Amino acid sequence: MSARNRELVGLIPASLLVTAGFAGVFIQRSGALSNVSLTYGAIFLGLCLAGHVFIRVTLPHADPYMFPLVALLSSFGIVMIYRINATLARQQAQWLVLGLVLFAATIIFFRDYRKLERYRYTIVAVSLALLMLPRVPGVGYSANGAYLGIHVPGLFVFQPAEFAKIGLVIFLASYLRDTRQVLVMGARRVLGLTLPPLKHLGPVLVIWGIAMLILVVLHDIGSSLMFYGGLLAVLYVATNRVSFVVIGLLAFAAGAWYLGTHIVHVHARVETWLHPFDPRLYHAPLGSYQLANSIFAQAAGGLFGQGFGQAQLTLPGGGSLLPAAQTDMIYAVITNELGLFGATAVLVASLLFIARGFKTALLARDSFSTLLASGLSATLALQVFVIVGGVTRVIPLTGVTLPFVSYGGSSIVANFVLLALLLLISDRARRPAR
Amino acid sequence: MSTPIVRLFVLVILLFVLLFVWTSRWTVLEASSLNRNPLNVRPLLAELKVKGGRILAADGTVLAKPIPGPGGTWRRAYPTGLLFAQPVGYSIAAQGRSSGLEASWAAQLRGDQSGIGSIFGQLNPKPVGNDVYTTLDPKAQRVAQQALGGQHGAVVALDPRTGAVLVMYANPSYDDNHPDATGPNVSTFNRATEGAYAPGSTFKIVTATAAIDSGKYTESSLVNGNSPITVSGVPLANDFNQSWGPVNLIVAMTNSINTVFAQLAETVGRRPMTDYMKRFGFYAKPTLDYPASELRASRPYSSSGHAYPPGSPSEDIGRIGIGQGGLQVTPLQMAMVAAAVANGGRLMTPHLTSRVVNPDGATVQTVKPTVNSQVMSAASARQVTQMMQKVVEEGTGSTVQIPGVTIAGKTGTAEIGASGSNLTQPSFVAFAPVQSPKVAIAVMVDSSHGGFGATVAAPIARAVLQTLISEGR
Repeated sequence: MSARNRELVGLIPASLLVTAGFAGVFIQRSGALSNVSLTYGAIFLGLCLAGHVFIRVTLPHADPYMFPLVALLSSFGIVMIYRINATLARQQAQWLVLGLVLFAATIIFFRDYRKLERYRYTIVAVSLALLMLPRVPGVGYSANGAYLGIHVPGLFVFQPAEFAKIGLVIFLASYLRDTRQVLVMGARRVLGLTLPPLKHLGPVLVIWGIAMLILVVLHDIGSSLMFYGGLLAVLYVATNRVSFVVIGLLAFAAGAWYLGTHIVHVHARVETWLHPFDPRLYHAPLGSYQLANSIFAQAAGGLFGQGFGQAQLTLPGGGSLLPAAQTDMIYAVITNELGLFGATAVLVASLLFIARGFKTALLARDSFSTLLASGLSATLALQVFVIVGGVTRVIPLTGVTLPFVSYGGSSIVANFVLLALLLLISDRARRPAR
Repeated sequence: MSTPIVRLFVLVILLFVLLFVWTSRWTVLEASSLNRNPLNVRPLLAELKVKGGRILAADGTVLAKPIPGPGGTWRRAYPTGLLFAQPVGYSIAAQGRSSGLEASWAAQLRGDQSGIGSIFGQLNPKPVGNDVYTTLDPKAQRVAQQALGGQHGAVVALDPRTGAVLVMYANPSYDDNHPDATGPNVSTFNRATEGAYAPGSTFKIVTATAAIDSGKYTESSLVNGNSPITVSGVPLANDFNQSWGPVNLIVAMTNSINTVFAQLAETVGRRPMTDYMKRFGFYAKPTLDYPASELRASRPYSSSGHAYPPGSPSEDIGRIGIGQGGLQVTPLQMAMVAAAVANGGRLMTPHLTSRVVNPDGATVQTVKPTVNSQVMSAASARQVTQMMQKVVEEGTGSTVQIPGVTIAGKTGTAEIGASGSNLTQPSFVAFAPVQSPKVAIAVMVDSSHGGFGATVAAPIARAVLQTLISEGR
């Protein structure tokens, strides 16, 4: 079976899931099965088929599993969001269409994605500017004390970090393609640690600086861990030096500790992470209410969950039982409704997608492609880890989205661009030599 | 660059395993303790979303039903209000409070799932509880309410053949739609099951049973009925200090002669008397399908308010034999005494409910009559019945007579308050029809100025008996 036919077959589980999911929610809502659920399933399947045909035409050799895995995750997301709020689901469907449009545009305009290297300083400048935007008075706003979004009044809410993560990885992949040899060759051993030459240590320090900046600017440990981890991953793949990573992580830990004890919001996040069931923190404003209820929601899910559409999200007298259910907390909602099995399915689907990303990095024939693919995959993996880890209390809770699943236009669009880049790299890598 | 990529992927796998382990921790390993966490409102919300079952009277009258609240929740409503509030009770799930049948049948009313259902989560998409049918008779209950006429007291009627509670009314009652409302004639205290009454002469049924069933006496045994006599070192007199000379037990019961029954109790002895009381259900809370916290054991108490241990040598067994000596009883217990005699000496376990019906109309649980104890032989029961029948035919209980129905009963008038205050606690215990008893009843009134069991309590019992028997019971 050709790669494209395998991709087509791979779309079947996603379409089944979305149809079954909508049917489940409908039955719960109205006690009767409505043909609207089938319509939703059909529209979603149509979008998937359109994407598939487009890949078939433009990238015939690209990895056959990435697109179906994304479709599966997206269908999980749209069913869950529909279950939370039908209006949000319609918007999410529109975002998915826009995401597919930008996906197609990326593939058409950056068919030779290596020309991105030429604009690397522009890209990094724009990315850093994007990261700063949420602090700009008038457009920026904070949610729960973290600065992650900008607000264009009357138009839309935009999360620049979703795009900045791609820009920063492109920049670093390009920069390290040039300097990685020097970084490795010039290294000296000091006190048992391999240190890069001082003049080339600069870029590493810059990366650390960026991460600290993100922490200071965004007030968010999770996001900065995601950015910094992604950048360190690229550095590690480029140099194969564990010591660089260790030094990097130690520097990050030191910075995070200092800021965690000095920025009130970050400190509060750590406190609620350590003591979510402390009644004082539970009832405090910006306290552990959301995290504690995330865990309660998961506990109520058990092994198999309460079923599609069964999660209790609001209090009878009004008020939210699970704030930000459709974005940060979507994993808790999935666990509540589909149990440990459903949650594991989401984790496995994400992991398989990331595995295909790393596979692409291994197959790539040039350093830039390898670094870009591994950087994008690692960043995505860390994003999943940061939000799911936050929701499950492995690490302090952070407001990033679960890629392809959470509600959010910026997230969906940016991740479809990321998918387009990975498919472009994959198509080039797997193209038979002429 | 392939080695670092593979290592990186292994690290990612490890991170995802961490996520899986933590998700397992919350969903499986620590789920039950999280569900019990006091901060967790989910179990309570799940309970609020259950459309609880109804509680119905024997004829299908709805006593408690669910009504929709905000956000898909349900709360309880009580169409009959204070008429049935004492047995039915109330349930406020949002506050985790309940009482009465609402408390004792909570699991069935919620339709709690067990086994597979609870492991795999809620299988039923819209949880609905089961209906609980009581044995209560609304018409007789209303007659009891009217006959009490605002006097504080309680009426309990049982079917002696099954133990089914037909009437349980206590006044004052309360509106169980608003259990926290207060007022001069509002009380959640169920006098029928918790009230502490002096049984007075109604207890002579127990003493007569012990005397006859122990084989020491028959209904025709002669006992000296002179007054006064000395019991436990203190003189004991009959009403108006009347001396009757030697009388048999039928005459003694018909005229409620104190000195005879005090002698019977002392002759039978402390141990056998205690034993018979236990067989009737004294010294323990009745095994009613009702919250134990709302039931009271009937037994003698010392003057300082301590319960005597069964058979304690400190008890004045002679005075206990005439319903004094610190004896405190519930109306339910005295109805059980009448029911035991009525049912040939066999006491059936009292129960308020007959069956549980699921939302599909299928009966999922039937409450079958069970024997509580064999109190006395059938022959003894016949003799005690004969004595009680005489009480109604020509003795103190003649006020209860119903044309065409033979009734066996016993009056009681306990003097309460300071001597000379003229304050009494009237009571009446009976069953009917004597040929094939279908109803056993106890009526107790808190206090009366100079009233007697025959004049205050017996007419109430008469009204309720008449209603129940005319209904074909």
